[in-house]
Amino acid sequence: MKLSSEDIVEMIKKKLPDAKIHIEDLRGDNDHYHATIESKKFKGLSKVQQHKIVYDAIGHHMGTTLHALMLTTKEQ
Amino acid sequence: MTDLKKKISDLISSDDVVLFMKGTPDFPQCGFSANVIGILNYFGVKFSSINVLEDNEIREGIKEFSDWPTIPQIYVKREFIGGCDILREMAENGEIIQLLEKNNLPYKITDQAQ
Repeated sequence: MKLSSEDIVEMIKKKLPDAKIHIEDLRGDNDHYHATIESKKFKGLSKVQQHKIVYDAIGHHMGTTLHALMLTTKEQ
Repeated sequence: MTDLKKKISDLISSDDVVLFMKGTPDFPQCGFSANVIGILNYFGVKFSSINVLEDNEIREGIKEFSDWPTIPQIYVKREFIGGCDILREMAENGEIIQLLEKNNLPYKITDQAQ
C-alpha cells in the first residue's frame, strides 16, 4: 500500500512536532516524493544526522513501500 | 567483526572515494546513482564504485553498516558523506570543494554540458 503525502507528514511530525513540512509528489505515483523540512531540532546537526532523523521517522517504509524520498532539511 | 562487516569495511577502504551504487558508472541502473556519477564526473573526482545489484549481501549490509536506508552511498577516506541529496546540495553550495580540498583530493571542474 503506497504512502500518501499526508502519511509522510504525519510520520515526520511524530519525530519533529515543530517541523514545517512541504511535500512534493514528484511523479504523481505516491512513490517519489521530495520533502522540504524545517525544524529547530536540526540546529547544529550535520546533514547526515538531519536526514537520519527523517529516515528514522519513515522507518521500514524507506526503500520498500516508499521508493524514493528526496530530502531538503533546514535549521530553523 | 562479522565477515560481511569486514568485507564492507575493506571495500570502503579500497579507495579515497568509494561509491556504492546501483549499476556501474557507464550504466547506472537508477536515477539517483546516475545523478551522483554526474556530479563526481563534473568535478573530475577519481573514485571506485561498487555495484550493489551484483551482491545482495552488500546491498543490504551497507545500509546497516552506515545506518542509512538507501543507495547510492558515498564515502570519502572511509567517512560516510551521504547519498544523492546531500552530494547534490554540497555540489550546489560548494561544500564538495571544501571536502575534496580538506582531504587533499584532486578535482577539475569540467565545463562540458551535463
